[in-house]
Amino acid sequence: MKITPMKPRSQTAQASTTGVAAATEVTDQINPEELRREHDQRRNEQQERIEEIDRETLLRLLYQMILIRRFEEKSAEAYTLGKIGGFCHLYIGQEAVAVGALGALRPDDYVLTSYRDHGHIIAKGTSPDEVMAELYGKAGGCSAGKGGSMHLFDSSVNFLGGHGIVGGQIPLATGVAFAAKYRGTDQVTLCFFGEAAVNQGAFHESLNMAQLWKLPCIYICENNQYGMGTSLERAMSLQDVSQKAPAYNMAGEFVDGMDVLAVYEATKHAVARAREESLPTLIEVRTYRFMGHSMSDPGNYRTRAEIEKHQERDPIKVFTQNLKEKNIVDDSAIADMEKRAREEVERAVQFAESSPEPAPEKLFTDIYANPLSR
Amino acid sequence: MPIITMREALNQAMREEMHRDENIFLMGEEVAAYQGAYKVSKGLLEEFGDRRVIDSPITELGFAGLGVGAAMVGLRPIIEFMTFNFSILATDQIINSAAKMLYMSGGQFKIPIVFRGPGGSAYQVSSQHSQALESWYANFPGLKVVMPSTPADAKGLLKSAIRDDDPVIFIEQERMYGNKGEVPEDAEFTVPLGVADVKREGSDATIVARSLMVPIALKAAEELEKQGVSVEVVDPRTIRPLDIETIVNSVKKTNRVVVAEESHAFCGVGAEISAQITEHAFDYLDAPVKRISAADAPMPYAKNLEKLAIPDVERLIAAVREVAYLD
Repeated sequence: MKITPMKPRSQTAQASTTGVAAATEVTDQINPEELRREHDQRRNEQQERIEEIDRETLLRLLYQMILIRRFEEKSAEAYTLGKIGGFCHLYIGQEAVAVGALGALRPDDYVLTSYRDHGHIIAKGTSPDEVMAELYGKAGGCSAGKGGSMHLFDSSVNFLGGHGIVGGQIPLATGVAFAAKYRGTDQVTLCFFGEAAVNQGAFHESLNMAQLWKLPCIYICENNQYGMGTSLERAMSLQDVSQKAPAYNMAGEFVDGMDVLAVYEATKHAVARAREESLPTLIEVRTYRFMGHSMSDPGNYRTRAEIEKHQERDPIKVFTQNLKEKNIVDDSAIADMEKRAREEVERAVQFAESSPEPAPEKLFTDIYANPLSR
Repeated sequence: MPIITMREALNQAMREEMHRDENIFLMGEEVAAYQGAYKVSKGLLEEFGDRRVIDSPITELGFAGLGVGAAMVGLRPIIEFMTFNFSILATDQIINSAAKMLYMSGGQFKIPIVFRGPGGSAYQVSSQHSQALESWYANFPGLKVVMPSTPADAKGLLKSAIRDDDPVIFIEQERMYGNKGEVPEDAEFTVPLGVADVKREGSDATIVARSLMVPIALKAAEELEKQGVSVEVVDPRTIRPLDIETIVNSVKKTNRVVVAEESHAFCGVGAEISAQITEHAFDYLDAPVKRISAADAPMPYAKNLEKLAIPDVERLIAAVREVAYLD
């Protein structure tokens, strides 16, 4: 099935050259007619995709998105209560990206991402119990309480972090893909990052090496259109991230990140390219975060109207509606999923609450794998 | 025992280890077809092929990070920096990724990687190519920092570094690649990390010296012997973890100590060694610890100025005489 690219942003609105005010003006220009037409087109495309995917996969993808949404809502609540400390970057609004992309993987494939990582590790298969316990800084956390929200790891599902420096995971993922090729396995590596990471040298250096050495790495840019409080327009000279792929002679895709099946499908193609031909792909997924950059972000840099515009295409709402219209699920099945997700998250909170704090001596463990006596 | 250069000793270490373990690969700028900018990797491409000996683009952050990622899933990369000056571009991956991965993953991902290459001063290459960066890397728990001073140490320590499961910063000295010495041929010869070596025994004063400063300290000791002063030269060999015990034992014997280093004094390794000597052996000291370090200035180009910037035999002799209150 074809992937109809959404119109990249720079074709719909000229980039501002005059700073904040002008940029805000551009984002607020919503033509209701045009918007409705676009939404209709997207709905039709998702419904076509639904027809081609088995019911079990569809339900699994929906459930994972709901689970992550409920998990993140609970994280926000726990953060407000002071149960979670530090920086806490929520994934609400972007669930379709991790869920769609990871849905196209084999369990032994590798995943690395940035500090906005709760959704990815849950989609990779780590128990929400261990993830919540990590956010709580408890011994039962997936990183034993030493990494926190930004540094989630789970070697048992090949989830390799959770990295706190913007773009830092991109060379790492390139190395993981290098190792797979070196060993002659057909494992694929998925590397997620935000569009702000594209401005880092690490992005450029990695994509150059990946194509040069034909590494089985898929670079997924979650373009949520803001690097913290700085909009894409104010930070990037060429805003169509997928258009940067040709600079590395690499395959590039542009995907609607509010459509879980579009992400799933684009990733499947990229996975096939990586697994069968050992070639990398750059996928730009246009998405939007509904919450602030982190829990401490008041969000003064964007308007309520802009957020609401994107919430109309809430990936869970859209997918649920389309599944209903295609008679894959009914209201009672949805209610059942909601109940299961809430229970699973509630269990995670209970687990985190009851998990002990790391023992004081853990301060000095795991610094070296071969500690030397001196 | 064969007498070979430090360059050849390092080459032997990599060759032997690469034969032993298929998971080891060498990556860096000009390491393969060019045979190494300093010829340390000479012949390795022919022996191991381009799968395991890989010329990288000039992209230090990129290939350092690639190495760390490969190490996360079980390979054992040797990442060569053409000089450690260029490692500055890669510090994000060395410090934020390699040094912390095991810890912040709660022990799940060890990083068995060696970052190696020449450091310190070369000959008249001015400020950007003459830096001794060991104090930077030694500051971070999670990293090990090694600086050999003889061909045998270079071989034995590099083999240990490659076999170690932690990230090791292995700083060779640019001026020392041609230095010769006896080196064991035994493929199982290693020198353990974290163990200092007394390069010369003495009773009147201790010089703690590393890397390029070791031969200079030994020369100073020879001269001082003629002047009736018996000098012990202690080479820590590994900066982190530091074998302070051997240093302190020497100070307890000689009661006087000079710390010689090619790096800047301020916040440096010499400052750390001085502080630890004061903490552990204050009552044994007959004079304040004396540091002899590089000039507190960027490295100049002009030959006469460059000579002034780096500690030499004369300055070390003067320093020892000072702590011995001989003048």
